[in-house]
Amino acid sequence: MEVMLAAGLGVITACAVYLLLRGRTFPMVFGLSLLSTAANVFIVSMGRIRPGAPPLVIGQATEYVDPLPQALVLTAIVIGFGMTGFIMALAARLRHQTGSDHVDAVEAAPDPATQDAS
Amino acid sequence: MTDLLVVPIVLPALAAAALLMLRRAPIAVARAAILAVTAALAVAAFTILAHVQPGSPLVYALGNWPPPFGIVLVADQFSAFMLCVTALLAFGVALYAVQGWDARGRFFHPFFLFLLMGVDGAFLTGDLFNLFVFFEILLIASYCLALQGLGQDQLRATLHYAAVNIAASSLFLVAVSLLYGVTGTLNMAHLAERVAQVRAEDVALVRAAGLLLLGVFAVKAALFPVYFWLPGAYANAPGPVAALFSIMTKVGIYAIIRLTTLIYRADAGSAMELTAPWFLPAALITLAVATVGALGAERLAVLTAYLTIASAGTILTAVAIGGGAALSAALYYLAHSTFVIALLFLVTDLLGRSRGGLQDLLHPGPLPRNAGALSLAFLVAAATVVGVPPFSGFLGKLMVLQSAKDAVALGAVWAVVLVTSVLTLISCSRAGTILLWNVTDPLQTGPEHPPRAGEWAALAALAGCSLLLVILAGPITRYTDETAAQLISPAAYIEAVLGAPGHDLIRPYPGGVR
Repeated sequence: MEVMLAAGLGVITACAVYLLLRGRTFPMVFGLSLLSTAANVFIVSMGRIRPGAPPLVIGQATEYVDPLPQALVLTAIVIGFGMTGFIMALAARLRHQTGSDHVDAVEAAPDPATQDAS
Repeated sequence: MTDLLVVPIVLPALAAAALLMLRRAPIAVARAAILAVTAALAVAAFTILAHVQPGSPLVYALGNWPPPFGIVLVADQFSAFMLCVTALLAFGVALYAVQGWDARGRFFHPFFLFLLMGVDGAFLTGDLFNLFVFFEILLIASYCLALQGLGQDQLRATLHYAAVNIAASSLFLVAVSLLYGVTGTLNMAHLAERVAQVRAEDVALVRAAGLLLLGVFAVKAALFPVYFWLPGAYANAPGPVAALFSIMTKVGIYAIIRLTTLIYRADAGSAMELTAPWFLPAALITLAVATVGALGAERLAVLTAYLTIASAGTILTAVAIGGGAALSAALYYLAHSTFVIALLFLVTDLLGRSRGGLQDLLHPGPLPRNAGALSLAFLVAAATVVGVPPFSGFLGKLMVLQSAKDAVALGAVWAVVLVTSVLTLISCSRAGTILLWNVTDPLQTGPEHPPRAGEWAALAALAGCSLLLVILAGPITRYTDETAAQLISPAAYIEAVLGAPGHDLIRPYPGGVR
């Protein structure tokens, strides 16, 4: 379980970093969204992974997970969602105002090598 | 008395929410509101400052949940000092903005107050996750403020700024939860105790969390190599907004000082020393690179943005040197640079408005209207930022240089600080010469928005804060010395939050840590 979760988080984070380094705004926003998802899952995992255990102490129960990270992750999800929404609107506005979805709002000059080939 | 600690957070929050609902009301209402709120914040900040005794911070447990379980607000001398700097800066900038500039942007007043709420909250909170929340509040407000006017360059710069900070926020979350996973607490005073007690096999995890936090705070503070977002975001933001932003890099510096003096103390076991080999070089490189950037700037706003980074570099140099004298110098320089950078951004705004289409481009152009008064304002701002004797920059740099006299890297610190001062002098004289001396005919058409008396008053207020730092240098340095001593030995802070040492806290996990 731990290995699966850790590997999954690693893959998601790697994808997020790859997308973040792209030159277009859409992959970048997607990368930020993936990165915050990975961070959120990481927070939950810090409350220890115990399948089937409630985040509550009921009577003399000995099997439970820490409820605090679950409360933290709610806050983090709300904030992350708001920030993603904001940067999406920003990216759309930039595209609308400049006609380019490049993060620098300038289209790179066409590469002469590919032009020759075509 | 401790109830007063919620005022710097709740007052701007309520006022901002009310202004959002009153957005159809005349703009005079919003103007009166932000002036009244910033003045009230200054009163609250100085009242808190007066009530915080050395060694006895004020603690307010929100909802009366006992620490370490609930969130606490803590005002020690450091927090109170930062609150006062913020409030004075906010009042000066508000005074400038309400003279007519604010009518051009939408929702300027609520976002201004939300930013103040986030900054004050970050200075007051004693909880690491709550610090994250206040960071997000001040960031979302700052994105919206940076966008005022919706210029194309602003959109692009804000997109970069927002992307960098959202990525940094994710790392902040990872670091906070990692620290919680190992130590089982988020209260900063409690963390300070727990981090010193972690088991040997967890030391690497706790150090990783600390370095991640340091990296995140370095992004906010604009430390080399993570400062690239700053020149674009600050230089393209409208003048009053950029002036207000001069407190934002200081929030990052505040967090770095808290992290390294409270949670990851050098005496918490040498394994917890985070910054040792590379922090001072990074700070000095920041200072050097920023000064070169200022020399090469093509606009006065870009020059000022690079000077913001240079001031962060100087403060972090003092923080990296460590010890009481250096921390005291860092605090003094922090207050000085906040006021002077804001002043310089406001002068840039006025100059840009008085030169017709050229704005603040560093190209020879027509003689601006009000050239005499503008020259004087630019001279005062530039002389203060460079560190020419009667102004506060001189005292600040002198304190930083003096505090380095016992440091190993004395030569490097003195060389970099002194050479960059000369280079800053050159870049400021170059800008002043081009803008105010190398001129053609006087501008024929009048400026669109001529400077108003209130705007001059705001400049005078900020310059006056800088002058007060010189006139009251004795009491202020005594205060910063005391603050630095408290920061170095945080036992009183921890005791004020958690109670007397030897207390028996119920641990969140059965069977102790883990």
